[in-house]
Amino acid sequence: MPSCSPTRNPFTAEETPAVAVSFEGLSKSFGDHVVLKDITFNVEPGEIFVLMGPSGSGKSVLLKHIVGLEAPTSGRVLLDGHDAADEEVRAQIRIGLVFQAGALFNSLTVYDNLALYLREHRLSTEPKIREKVMHALKILSLENTAAKFPSELSGGMKKRVAIARALVMEPQLLLYDEPTSELDPVMSATISEIIAALKDEYHVTSIVVSHDRDLARSIADRVGILMDGKLMHLGPPSTLQNPSDPRLKDFLNPKIDLKNPRFKKLET
Amino acid sequence: MKQLTAILEGIGSTLQLLARSAAHVGTLPRQRARFIEQCYLIGYTTLPIVAILSFFIGSVLALQAGYSMQNFGAKQFIGSLVGLSLARELGPVMVAILVAGRVGSAIAAELASMKVYQEVDALETMNIPPARILVLPRLAAILFMMPVLAIIADLVGWFGGALVSNYVNFIGIDSEAYFAALRRYMHFKDVMNGLIKAEIFGFVVVLVCCNIGLNTRGGPREIGASVTRAVVTSLILILVLDYFVTKALL
Ligand SMILES: Nc1ncnc2c1ncn2[C@@H]1O[C@H](COP(=O)(O)OP(=O)(O)OP(=O)(O)O)[C@@H](O)[C@H]1O
Ligand SMILES: [Mg+2]
Repeated sequence: MPSCSPTRNPFTAEETPAVAVSFEGLSKSFGDHVVLKDITFNVEPGEIFVLMGPSGSGKSVLLKHIVGLEAPTSGRVLLDGHDAADEEVRAQIRIGLVFQAGALFNSLTVYDNLALYLREHRLSTEPKIREKVMHALKILSLENTAAKFPSELSGGMKKRVAIARALVMEPQLLLYDEPTSELDPVMSATISEIIAALKDEYHVTSIVVSHDRDLARSIADRVGILMDGKLMHLGPPSTLQNPSDPRLKDFLNPKIDLKNPRFKKLET
Repeated sequence: MKQLTAILEGIGSTLQLLARSAAHVGTLPRQRARFIEQCYLIGYTTLPIVAILSFFIGSVLALQAGYSMQNFGAKQFIGSLVGLSLARELGPVMVAILVAGRVGSAIAAELASMKVYQEVDALETMNIPPARILVLPRLAAILFMMPVLAIIADLVGWFGGALVSNYVNFIGIDSEAYFAALRRYMHFKDVMNGLIKAEIFGFVVVLVCCNIGLNTRGGPREIGASVTRAVVTSLILILVLDYFVTKALL
């Protein structure tokens, strides 16, 4: 991979290099069910890569390969040229993953959810941790939830806590699985701004799985579209305006047709 | 054949979990809070029921012994019989069974739900080994609490036996004679034997329940299945191990 630009992390002055991610012929099957078919593409250091695709096309499975939660059936995922399946490699790189369902620690308060990473890795003193955690909560308008448990939060609040928890890790690589899917329009815009700011100010590499076309248009450097286990489209967001493939067209600008609805077409 | 491989796989993954937890023993001092919390949970959930059950087991032992021994004129040995059976066998086994039912099931349920709701995955992406913060404090806590629970079971059971011997008419052995017999034929070694057993059973139960919880796959329904499996496996292991440990310690 090309040499990495030095970056500063959002919550410290520490210099860390942005991470490149490359997929080399990645395939994944669950039993007979082929989910990913020979996927090859690169995400450059410091880039915002937005991954779109129909529900069930394998976007979450693709993200899980980057953090070693799924093992490839064949092919590899590389982080700065090193195999992501290797625990040692992942231990060297701080990767934040915002899970689609949040995956908050239900037995811990919101505050402790955020503090856990810093405490377990002994990265800061308690007062410093407090500062970082409260800062992250503030960015996401969550100051009042610090003492609450995840079960006491709304869906969108859980999502924001999950994002805040990833931010506190001061990641070099941030993976978001549908960060704006449960949020109101203003909060969605805020999340887009945060992702863009992390890139501009700290050159964090971001991979964002999202159906949010506004987000893709306004902050993505490049957009990929996953369909039927293959990467159907790859390019800057401007290329989404006039897609040539009819299936892409339908995916990006589905017309709501009351006279001839899709579900009726399926019946015939 | 399939079942055999499943059993072997289970043993293998349990031992691996043990090794992975043991590798983090050095982090125990800074996990004090978790250790204390687990000790509290183990003690809090099992102490009352351990006390009640051992009281009645001691009583019933004295009752049965008194009944069968009255014809031989051997009633004066009731104290030794109750004392030895509780210390060497019934105390540790009963405590282990209660720990499996109350602590083991709770551990399996908690870890299974953490696994199913991706909390364990989240820990892994944060480079925080689940064995370190979820398993190790529980293993340490059970090692600390098992002897405490077993000693309480012994003491309460002996006391129950003494009461019955004293107040049931056809036995009529006063406490002084009862405890004299208990002391005379029971040695420190017998109590130690029981504590070693309790320690082994408790440790195995917690380890197995952690492993079954962490290996849960699927949805909420599998959480229930894991809990059942954890408790049944624990009970079988307690009784099988009991034979071999007893034999080894004889
Ligand atoms: N652990 C698993 N075992 C079996 N099949 C799985 C597993 N995880 C995912 N799949 C299958 O892989 C396919 C892709 O799943 P994935 O979660 O990646 O979809 P997605 O693109 O993230 O969809 P959505 O937009 O709805 O989140 C689905 O068909 C799913 O059934
Ligand atoms: Mg998904």
